[in-house]
Amino acid sequence: MRRWDGLCAGASAVILAAGLLAACADKGLPPRQLAGADPERGREIARRAACGACHDIPGVDWPKGRTGGSLAGFASRPLIAGRVPNQPQTLVRWLRDPSAIAPETGMPAVPLTTAEARDVAAFLYTLQ
Amino acid sequence: MSALDALRGWPPPVLDPAGPFAGPVTTVAWVLFAMGAVVLAIVLVATAAALFGPRRWRARLGGERLVWLGGFAFPVVVLTGLLIYGLTLTRDLSAPPAPGEVRVRVTGEMWWWRVGYLDARGGEAFQDANQIHIPPRAPVVLELEAADVIHSLWIPRLAGKLDMIPGRRNILRLQADRPGVYAAQCAEFCGGPHALMGLVVVAHEPRAYAAWQARQGRPATPLPSRGAEVFAAAGCGACHTVRGTAANGLAGPDLTHIGSRRTLGAGILPNHQGTLAAWVADSQALKPGNRMPAYPVLSGRDLRALAAYLEALK
Repeated sequence: MRRWDGLCAGASAVILAAGLLAACADKGLPPRQLAGADPERGREIARRAACGACHDIPGVDWPKGRTGGSLAGFASRPLIAGRVPNQPQTLVRWLRDPSAIAPETGMPAVPLTTAEARDVAAFLYTLQ
Repeated sequence: MSALDALRGWPPPVLDPAGPFAGPVTTVAWVLFAMGAVVLAIVLVATAAALFGPRRWRARLGGERLVWLGGFAFPVVVLTGLLIYGLTLTRDLSAPPAPGEVRVRVTGEMWWWRVGYLDARGGEAFQDANQIHIPPRAPVVLELEAADVIHSLWIPRLAGKLDMIPGRRNILRLQADRPGVYAAQCAEFCGGPHALMGLVVVAHEPRAYAAWQARQGRPATPLPSRGAEVFAAAGCGACHTVRGTAANGLAGPDLTHIGSRRTLGAGILPNHQGTLAAWVADSQALKPGNRMPAYPVLSGRDLRALAAYLEALK
């Protein structure tokens, strides 16, 4: 009987550990997918809207502004503008109206539709 | 479209005329190209004959007669003919303005374009910058001047190049057969950011042109705002005019209706709050050497307020 308990306890521990590991793995790779968004289209939109007027953006040749900081490695940043979690829905909201999230920001609302902002967000998540 | 498209695309804008004052220039270009090709072919054939031809041909090619005919008479006749042909084709492009014609004075400055719309008596009705609005299917007379060094206005699809020379007034005619946006570029090296000195020509339908003209002639009517306060406090009015406000500087572009312009920085950036903020904060990063200093003294909030104020000046 005691042996059976021990086995049960062991098995539970293994299952629990596996579950925890799986949970950790989930948190380690946050889903940054935007269904239907096209990074290549996003790059073209970012080029046309001249996001580069403030940001150095890998993949956009010109301009290379200095006001907003480089966006190189944006995909691996934990925070957007050092303020809010770098998650897809937040990023899309940020792109359309940053000051609604951070009233002190110098980044104005950029004229993008939600669909365009989703494409640009998908492009930004390609910047490793 | 920005001015950077002046030289890009297919067919090349310079070979794709969109008006009667650009057509002859393109025709001359093609005729010169064709003549060049013919002469090149003759020279190549003669060279081949001289190298590999029978003895009799080579003897002929070596004679003094051929030097006189081919080396002297032929170029004189052909080049004179081409010159006369070219001048006849293009002589109407610089005729002085006739009564009733739309007149626009474009002054080249380092590194932007001051654009003054003239009334019937030749006085300046109002000023704008970095874009020229015209009605379609009517000749427009551009009076080209320069404030500092030599510039050259080149709108490949509408007209040939013409220099803007300090102390002179050169006349350039253009006409757009269809409404549209036509990119232009400074075509004479004028220092530092010369390559970023662009301009767009916007041809409106006649009714839209009249509406634009009426709107543009009016002073701005900005509501009191944080952005207006920042504009005043930062001293923008020392260089820029916003008609209808205290800002009356003359060194930089008139900003009365900057929000309605298509581009920023003389044809180089699209015009919206984002690029307006970028330009004010650090135009030196975007157009190094231009006369407007960077403004690293504005807070994020003030910068946004200022961009919103400028964008609203439609």
